[in-house]
Amino acid sequence: MELISISNVNVRYKNGVNAIHDLSIKIKRGDFVFVIGGSGSGKSTFIKMLYREIKPSSGEIILGGLNVARLRNSKVYKLRRKLGIVFQDYRLLPKLTVYENVAFALECIGAKKAEIRTKTLKAIELVGLKSKTRVYPDQLSGGEQQRVAIARAIVNNPKLLICDEPTGNLDPDMSMEIVKLLESINKTIGTTIIMATHDREIVNKMKKRVIVLKDGYLIKDYEKGKYYDEAD
Amino acid sequence: MKLIRMLSRGIRDAFKSVFRNFSLSIASVSCISITLVVIAVAIIASWNVNNFTENIKKDVTIIAFIDTKATDLDLEQIDAKLRKIENIESITLKTKEQERDELIKEDPTFEFIKDWDESESPLKDSYLIKVTNLEKIEDTVNKIKKIDLVHSVSYGEKMVAKMLSAFRMVRNVTIAIVIALVLVNVFLIVNTIKLTIFSRKREISIMRLVGSSNFSIKYPFVIEGMVIGMIGSIVPILITVYGYTYLYTYFNGELFSSLIKLIKPQPFIYWVSLIVLGIGMVVGMIGSSRAVRKYLKV
Repeated sequence: MELISISNVNVRYKNGVNAIHDLSIKIKRGDFVFVIGGSGSGKSTFIKMLYREIKPSSGEIILGGLNVARLRNSKVYKLRRKLGIVFQDYRLLPKLTVYENVAFALECIGAKKAEIRTKTLKAIELVGLKSKTRVYPDQLSGGEQQRVAIARAIVNNPKLLICDEPTGNLDPDMSMEIVKLLESINKTIGTTIIMATHDREIVNKMKKRVIVLKDGYLIKDYEKGKYYDEAD
Repeated sequence: MKLIRMLSRGIRDAFKSVFRNFSLSIASVSCISITLVVIAVAIIASWNVNNFTENIKKDVTIIAFIDTKATDLDLEQIDAKLRKIENIESITLKTKEQERDELIKEDPTFEFIKDWDESESPLKDSYLIKVTNLEKIEDTVNKIKKIDLVHSVSYGEKMVAKMLSAFRMVRNVTIAIVIALVLVNVFLIVNTIKLTIFSRKREISIMRLVGSSNFSIKYPFVIEGMVIGMIGSIVPILITVYGYTYLYTYFNGELFSSLIKLIKPQPFIYWVSLIVLGIGMVVGMIGSSRAVRKYLKV
């Protein structure tokens, strides 16, 4: 069953640049999809469109029953509660501990105290940071900070986890660890994962579905395991 | 339940972040304090000026001189007619005998007028009349003039007109000053709070990402603005309460002459304090809410 259905989407910025051209794509529940492409390929625009940071100029994006393209600014939070988002720069709050950073996502949506506690601890355990709940972000390594960001993204059991270059700031070993963590989340919880990256090594190793964008066009959509290096 | 939980979390967070972002809170608080002190002084000054003008207005008296032909019965009728006119607060009859005694009391050289008989005396019975609304004095005077046996009416026409326009100007200027100060205050506070909120742009963007509604993002900041406004009004209130009481005792309740009486400190200072607190809180709330709106894309 499809979780995301994108049809005939165009994104045209105010400066006249067409970032996405007539994009149509479907992503099934439980999928793990890589989105690759060079600079200016429309990768970031595609990701931002999914969490409605950018509104498409035309076309339709249906995500878990919500028409994202038509969502009003004041209703965006309804979509965001169904998503988890991970960024290259982690976006943690420096004055909060690991526990508080993860719990923050639940506090923001008004969850009960007991629920916050159990879910937060579970998410932190899942990303392997159980021993560091009281530590502040600046005392953690890059990989660990990204784990905290992932814990915060999955703490609310989202249907979709959107990752925008999550390994961009990490060394190859750490990057692989993070992707393995994402894969285990995908397998154990069944969360659909869309990950934008430019790290071909990871994409090659993981053997997942790969969407290739270039100059705003979808140029290739490889099925699981069919992607090979330098394909585009 | 969820709403109560979020509201109480908002209040808790507001207090927490005032102390967490201490240096920036101090900046906002001192900015509010300084402008509120100026506002408090302006309010106290304008209130006192108004009080002074009101006192002077109360002293304005219309004197209606009655024809010498008038009998006691006529006087009674005039009295009744005067009382029917709107805008009249009080009427006092001053007989020619009282007038004569007063004159002699003022200056003993007038002793000789004691010997005048009724037909010789130029003195007339008169009514001293006070009005409720000074602005309508001309209209009231015209009505008094129409009453039979009223010989002439005097109320210092030119002086009253000049005084009225001067007072009107003073009142408008003081109100304009207070309003201008409040606006300057809002502007300053909006910008100071914008700085505070700018430093928390990241926090707001993360709140948006994890699915906070605009209301739940804005609300703690608005409460925080209110708390900052409240804290910022403490010093101005203390200055109002102690400063004004000190000045009042120092000047003995009068400024320069017994004509200009200062307003008694109690309950005046409490009213001013309440107004200052109100302005501080409202301005803090408006400041925060305007500043945070920038990051909400609403």
